[in-house]
Amino acid sequence: MENKITALNSLHKKYGAKLVSFAGYEMPIQYSKGIIEEHKSTRENAGIFDVSHMGQLFIRGDSLLAEDLEKIFPAELKNCKLNQSKYSFLMNDEAGIHDDLIITRVADGFNIVLNAACKHSDFELLKKLLGDKYEMNLSEELSLIAIQGPKAVKILEKIIHGVSELNFMNGNSFNYQDESVYITRSGYTGEDGFEISMKNRYAELFTEKLINEGANLIGLGARDTLRLEAGLCLYGHDIDINKSPIEASLKWAISKNRIISGGFIGFEKIKSQIENGTSKVRVGIKPEGRIIARENTVIFSEDNKNIGEITSGTFGPSIQVPIAMGYIESSFSKVDTKIFLEVRGKKHPASISNLPFYKKSYVKGVNQ
Amino acid sequence: MSEVKFSKEHEWIKLDGDTATIGITQHATEMLGDIVFVELPELGSSVAKDGNAGVVESTKAASDIYTPVSGEIIENNQSIVDDPAKINADPENEAWFFKLKISNKSEMDSLMNKEEYEKFSKESGN
Repeated sequence: MENKITALNSLHKKYGAKLVSFAGYEMPIQYSKGIIEEHKSTRENAGIFDVSHMGQLFIRGDSLLAEDLEKIFPAELKNCKLNQSKYSFLMNDEAGIHDDLIITRVADGFNIVLNAACKHSDFELLKKLLGDKYEMNLSEELSLIAIQGPKAVKILEKIIHGVSELNFMNGNSFNYQDESVYITRSGYTGEDGFEISMKNRYAELFTEKLINEGANLIGLGARDTLRLEAGLCLYGHDIDINKSPIEASLKWAISKNRIISGGFIGFEKIKSQIENGTSKVRVGIKPEGRIIARENTVIFSEDNKNIGEITSGTFGPSIQVPIAMGYIESSFSKVDTKIFLEVRGKKHPASISNLPFYKKSYVKGVNQ
Repeated sequence: MSEVKFSKEHEWIKLDGDTATIGITQHATEMLGDIVFVELPELGSSVAKDGNAGVVESTKAASDIYTPVSGEIIENNQSIVDDPAKINADPENEAWFFKLKISNKSEMDSLMNKEEYEKFSKESGN
């Protein structure tokens, strides 16, 4: 199947991108300076990410819609304020994760940002669950551009006035060239930043403006090292249909009220896992030395028992050590527990680590 | 000093008497991206032509290193183990990988010269 392209495809090429096939799209894995430079420039300055391959689903509706969505998602949506975003999951009855997503309450409904590889199946599933009650649109006309890093706010504010007023995990509509664009203060790098949803036809010139103000284009390679340093899950690797949010150590994303009130898909399983614990749990892992343990690396206990598997692993450019995440038998999940990772037939010492590996610097409440 | 030769696996080799110095090419580092880990063959071990002789890992993935000729490993470049970024900075000089005592000099004959290698790496596109 032919790959789709985003509205920034020619811009990627202009800036020397190495393009790869990703979730049905031709996307930049890196630009000419390479992953480590891109990673560091995001942590120290500001990085631009084309995330237009991700799904932008809009569901139109009123308070009844919030009620219906609460029957699906474990997030608090009836009490969700206008322009507030929530991280949540689309699950099956066994609390296996179909997708992780961000839901934002907007004036006439909810916006949901979905993973690229899941967006069409998510759409079909949600359509089945909601019936024909609500108008649903998985947009092909919108680009999604993220700007992340300590200088993101200063750079974006120069182009779109007022964005610095946004709180973390909140959004609003802004005026850009007489068009309304929707911007949330969010991202997936462990840095302060924004995600800008705008019509495709504005995307390229807008991105050029960000570049002219000093931000750098960042590919999927550095996006992966950034999110892993920040301890964030990548769908299809660290979470999938065979893992629940409780096993994935993502209980924080399920509101306390919803755990009591229930009524969402997967609730029974979630409740029982909270009460009884799970046999496996997602942890951070730090190998000793420089060895990198990639996805599918088997984890052993000190007495040589197979106790789990790595789901993501790389070298953390900002912290200058290798890092990984994986699922391990719960009795071995305590921080500093010594484990062994089998890489190329040899067992290498490692230990369980706190997450994130890299300390976040989100702006929690500029107006509070 | 003899001429530098190249393998299809993107290693370079320089022969000086019986001692061959081996590393990976500039072109290889451009394909691999930023190198963050390297594992070299053990001193004293014997390696066979086209056999596995170490690993490099970039931020993206792990790749095997092959030796273009057979021999016994007599020296390792510890400085690239301690600072793998050197490989991206200067792959064809300072960041050599290992030296071996070559067991059969005729194995050099099948390798490419600089001109042939440049043509090969351009045409193969990998």
